[in-house]
Amino acid sequence: MDMNTPATGNTRVSKASQSNLIASSDNRMHDFVLSDEERHEIEHEMTHYENPRAASIGALKTVQRRRGWVSDGAVIAISDVLGIPASDVEGVATFYSLIFRQPVGRHVVLVCDSSSCHLTGHDELRDAISGELGIGPGQTTEDDRFTLLPVCCLGACDRGPALMIDDDLHGPVEPNEVAALLERYS
Amino acid sequence: MSSHLFSTSTNGETHPLTYRLREDRGYVDLDEFEQKDGYEALRTTLRELSPDELIDNMKTANLRGRGGAGFSAGVKWSLTARGDDHPRGYIACNADEMEPGTFKDRLLLEETPHLLIEGMILAGYANNAYRGYIFLRSEYVLAAQRIERALAEARKAGILGSRVCDSDFDFDIFLHTGAGRYICGEETALINSLEGRRANPRSKPPFPGQSGAWGRPTVVNNVETLCNVPAIALRGGDWYQSLSGGRSDDGGTKLYGVSGRVKRPGLVEMPMGTTAGELLELAGGMRDGLELKTWLPGGGSTGFLLPEHLDLALDFDTIGGAGSRLGTGLLAVVAHNQSVVSLTRNLEDFFARESCGWCTPCRDGLPWAARILHALENGEGEEGDIELLESLASNIGPGKTFCAHAPGAAMPLETAIKHFRHEFEAGIRHRQREAHAEPIPVGSV
Repeated sequence: MDMNTPATGNTRVSKASQSNLIASSDNRMHDFVLSDEERHEIEHEMTHYENPRAASIGALKTVQRRRGWVSDGAVIAISDVLGIPASDVEGVATFYSLIFRQPVGRHVVLVCDSSSCHLTGHDELRDAISGELGIGPGQTTEDDRFTLLPVCCLGACDRGPALMIDDDLHGPVEPNEVAALLERYS
Repeated sequence: MSSHLFSTSTNGETHPLTYRLREDRGYVDLDEFEQKDGYEALRTTLRELSPDELIDNMKTANLRGRGGAGFSAGVKWSLTARGDDHPRGYIACNADEMEPGTFKDRLLLEETPHLLIEGMILAGYANNAYRGYIFLRSEYVLAAQRIERALAEARKAGILGSRVCDSDFDFDIFLHTGAGRYICGEETALINSLEGRRANPRSKPPFPGQSGAWGRPTVVNNVETLCNVPAIALRGGDWYQSLSGGRSDDGGTKLYGVSGRVKRPGLVEMPMGTTAGELLELAGGMRDGLELKTWLPGGGSTGFLLPEHLDLALDFDTIGGAGSRLGTGLLAVVAHNQSVVSLTRNLEDFFARESCGWCTPCRDGLPWAARILHALENGEGEEGDIELLESLASNIGPGKTFCAHAPGAAMPLETAIKHFRHEFEAGIRHRQREAHAEPIPVGSV
């Protein structure tokens, strides 16, 4: 986050003045507006908990589901809906590995690198994917099609080596099957 | 695609967790669940048992926590703050299955979410909770869909909400999906995450049963633990305890499993105290040409055991007595030509990455250990590295940190060195030539 952003800190600032301050410091953040659908989904999520803060992870996921990632502006917009400091939302956003604070590809490939997949061929699978895409873990292809990330045990140890592409679980995946598998995700 | 099951049974007397599974391994909906005695335990309990009687049943059953810690669920429940002086709290189901090598809760969540819901309502009744949360890891997409469907069915049928099954008890359940990070499976970190905070563990005491989510009494139980509750409520604690049939003092059955280079990796519901040898046989044994070198009994935070331990009862005390932990009871087997140093490096990389960073021994000690293991794996270790690893393992062990993450990481490290010191020695630079056996990279088969 831009450190010059006015602190929404522990001092509650009225919505209007907060927006003005943000507008004067960084127009890109001000440009971000939650869609009605996003706002309704977040407000609905808030009803499941004892206070709005608890919906912060759900709210970040709501935005990410539609936009692929969470921008600085989205963090501020979410903090506004939840009524908690933007710094708290940012703290949450940066803690969890599946909230993306920078743009990712159209498809996210999560390769399980835990013990059972290690024993059944993770290294060869990861190398095959890296070779096919020309990127390493944590990187995105130049055409913005794929982002490659490692992930904790996917709970598919009987199907190792396993991976997920978006919401789809695949396993076991042999290195020579990688090209055809990736081809299914345009 | 469902996990392979070594064997199945439709007998609820012997297979309380899995007897309702469909042959096509699809979703057991409310109608089918009720045709197979589903929610019978809940209705009977609300009619006939007091919360205290249900807790007594749970204690008699000796159901020990299936998330891996093995603490008696009945005792945990008996410690929950209840009564007029305390606010009604929560049941938090830990469905954040991320322990390396563990794939059992996925089966229950995807195929019989109604069993979990029934167990959670009963837990709510016993612990005077008014609301439940299912804390599900983000990647279990199919499980999330099925749970939402089951919750909707249960609400529509009057099983959830006010006046559960026409009783005076009210209880509702919400699905909470996470966003990654293994540490969310630690019960106090889970509570922080549920509250929308960073998942750092909390200092104990107070224990969650006294003050948990939003300061209210909160019982955190694993999926498999909660799925055992309906059968205990319906058939009694004595029946459940006897399921392990003299094999173990721990009650009931367990969802055991095997992964690694075996012929048929998979799961099976067996009595507590089943041996690893029996499971390995059900999995068809090692793949052709491979021999068993070592195995982890229940996840990345358990200690390595040897082929000579295959006949031990897989229960909490027996495996604890052998210098390991039962953990989740899902075996990961290592073949004779796979490197223990490499696997240990993989595990410590995992624990280092997943440390939440709150406690210094964990945040700084784990990456340090991982760096040394990388060097040993590549034959670039220095004299003294093994002793340094041993010192690190003891300095991140129990009592040094707020939660069990770092002690969990210490256990495979200590036991790997204990049983396979020669493999670590072979990774020290000048000892390369005199080594007994060069470590062979994993996956070279």
